[in-house]
Amino acid sequence: MPSRTPLVLRRIYPVAPRDLEQAGTVSTEVRRELLALGMSPDVVRRASVICFEGEMNIVLYSQGGRVILLVKEDRVELLFSDDGPGIADIELVSQPGYSTAPDWARELGFGAGLGINNMEQNSDLFEIRSRVGEGTVVRATILLGVPFF
Amino acid sequence: MELAKIVADLGWETLVGADLTRDVRDGYCSDLLSDVLAHAQAGDLWITHQRHLNVVAVGKLRDVAGIVFPRGLRPTPDVIARAAQERVNLFLSADPAFVVAGKLYRVLHP
Amino acid sequence: MKLREIAELVEANFITGADQAEREVSRAFAADLLSDVLAMVQEEGVLLITGMTTPQVVRVAEVMNMGAVLFVRGKLPAAATVEYAMGTGIPLLATRRIMFETCGILYKAGLHAAQRKQMPLDHALPDATRS
Repeated sequence: MPSRTPLVLRRIYPVAPRDLEQAGTVSTEVRRELLALGMSPDVVRRASVICFEGEMNIVLYSQGGRVILLVKEDRVELLFSDDGPGIADIELVSQPGYSTAPDWARELGFGAGLGINNMEQNSDLFEIRSRVGEGTVVRATILLGVPFF
Repeated sequence: MELAKIVADLGWETLVGADLTRDVRDGYCSDLLSDVLAHAQAGDLWITHQRHLNVVAVGKLRDVAGIVFPRGLRPTPDVIARAAQERVNLFLSADPAFVVAGKLYRVLHP
Repeated sequence: MKLREIAELVEANFITGADQAEREVSRAFAADLLSDVLAMVQEEGVLLITGMTTPQVVRVAEVMNMGAVLFVRGKLPAAATVEYAMGTGIPLLATRRIMFETCGILYKAGLHAAQRKQMPLDHALPDATRS
């Protein structure tokens, strides 16, 4: 359920598909934004990891999309939305170790099939919605001031 | 050094022990299949985080003494079955790759 | 262990960050797979040993607050990647030695492994939840 608390910051970062030169740059920018806001190192690290995995997924598997950073008083939200192709079986792709990565992705060090799981592990709230033929939205939330184990 | 002795000394779990009498030439650490294809030698023990079917094929092609997965990263049953079929030795270690390589190096290069 | 000592042990050169030669790193993580690096536990200042030279490697090192990156197998990153690293202050080193040998030498010299967070797949339990 979307939070109604006031927005402190909103940033939208486009992500081009297959653009490996740029892949990861959004994550470094998100990290800088959060550091500038004085977020705790733990929150910054978790958000950076979530962002990196999410950003790489858009680059590697989608037809392009965007990362949206929303900072509210009580949370940091990262949304990853893409323009397709959509995931037919969300349960399946969420399984650690499951990967549809083509060989070229694996050769670049991605596609171990741990990305979604890693995102979820670093989030307090996590959801994926997708429609085949349309696209996918992943929402990862870090709650501020909540102990994380 | 004989493979069986190395496995015993380093405490690895044997997932596929097709031929443990093999002599181990050296170790090779890489997660990049193209790199392994280009540089791994027959008789090398290959340490990798990659655990999909291609890994077995590459291991077979390079005639490695075996493949060691670090950090308890257990491959799925289909990969184990394929390795058994192809007679590629597979092992599992609880240690991270850096330590697996370190201990193996120490044993092979005292 | 200081970066300078590490460089001497494995015959590595500083590509950038030679001014950080006295920087201490106490733990190392060896992987080519970036997804594995991202899953690493929250330690800072870890030495990343890798054969991967894509720009992502340095970005991952940056977001994970790593101490330095040591490229093996004689691999060298592109100039743009080196420049980016300079901006982050993360030293980059390179050795011609292969990863196995590099890890072996450093392990023997007393460098420890970085702790890695438990992942559900570690014990092959498909239903393992976050713990």
